[in-house]
Amino acid sequence: MNNTLSELDKRLLNDFQRDFPLSNTPFADLALELGISQQEVIEKLRSLAERGAVSRIGAVLRPKQMGASTLAAMAVPKSQLDQVARLVNGYPHVNHNYEREHRYNLWFVVTAGDEDELQYTLQDIEQHSGIPVLSLPMLDDYHIDLGFELQWD
Amino acid sequence: MGLENTNGYDLSLDERDCRLIAALQNGLPLVPHPYAAIGASAGMNEAEVIARLHRMLESGVVKRFGVVVRHHELGYRANAMVVWDVPDERATELGQRVASHDFVTLCYRRARCLPDWPYNLYCMIHGRDRNLVHNKVSYLIKACDLQALRHEVLFSLQRFKQRGARYVRPAAETANLGPAVGG
Repeated sequence: MNNTLSELDKRLLNDFQRDFPLSNTPFADLALELGISQQEVIEKLRSLAERGAVSRIGAVLRPKQMGASTLAAMAVPKSQLDQVARLVNGYPHVNHNYEREHRYNLWFVVTAGDEDELQYTLQDIEQHSGIPVLSLPMLDDYHIDLGFELQWD
Repeated sequence: MGLENTNGYDLSLDERDCRLIAALQNGLPLVPHPYAAIGASAGMNEAEVIARLHRMLESGVVKRFGVVVRHHELGYRANAMVVWDVPDERATELGQRVASHDFVTLCYRRARCLPDWPYNLYCMIHGRDRNLVHNKVSYLIKACDLQALRHEVLFSLQRFKQRGARYVRPAAETANLGPAVGG
């Protein structure tokens, strides 16, 4: 995708990851800074979202701020991986789900309204898959999120 | 709730904050007055949305507010979760050192799950290819004096699901905790 990104796209992706304007017309503020119209800013952001480069313009919350969450890991036999991944994806509580190169090969984040709902969900996944789930809840967050400086070459 | 962060800011959220966060879960709508639009779905006016976001940023409830990119789509194809087994009493010191590197995009201490999983310090590193990520891990180990501590590098292979966390769900989903039909 990088070679199809314009200089304006790159600035939209890189320069507004934090301190996004909290004004009545934030896209007009971006437009002023970039020297284009508000409508162009909105159309370019929509296009970047449609292409998957932008997930959203929004708030990154401090962890553990709302509800209960954990990182879960499972050691899934290769032959069952797609099936178990689909099972896990089916829960609305799961927001990230990756295969990783390790004996523990399925890693996903589970969030729930409270601790009971979280534990129930983990147990439900164990029951439906027949595979134990490791739960690795967060104790501390050390990262101060300033966004991610993108490098284009 | 009386929660405070290390700077002494009040981290508690009231019911209107929670409604605002719920309305923002999918991000700002791409319209000329996005905060007014968010306010309309959260039951508050534009000024209140902006004031509440200011306050949550100041207190640290919101770590940052802005464009959230997808690394993979931008060519960062190698993504490694690096885990270390660190003595508990050194976790904060080492976690802060690891987190201070700009190529580290997440850094957490997590509970161990013994005997299966001894690791307690996690960080995420994105790179354009595996070699670049390995180089960064080697650099991190030297820079933070982690040579004596066992670690593993878990590269991601397939991505089955990626989206922002949903803390607030429609009632129908909350009521049905099972997997979706066909899942």
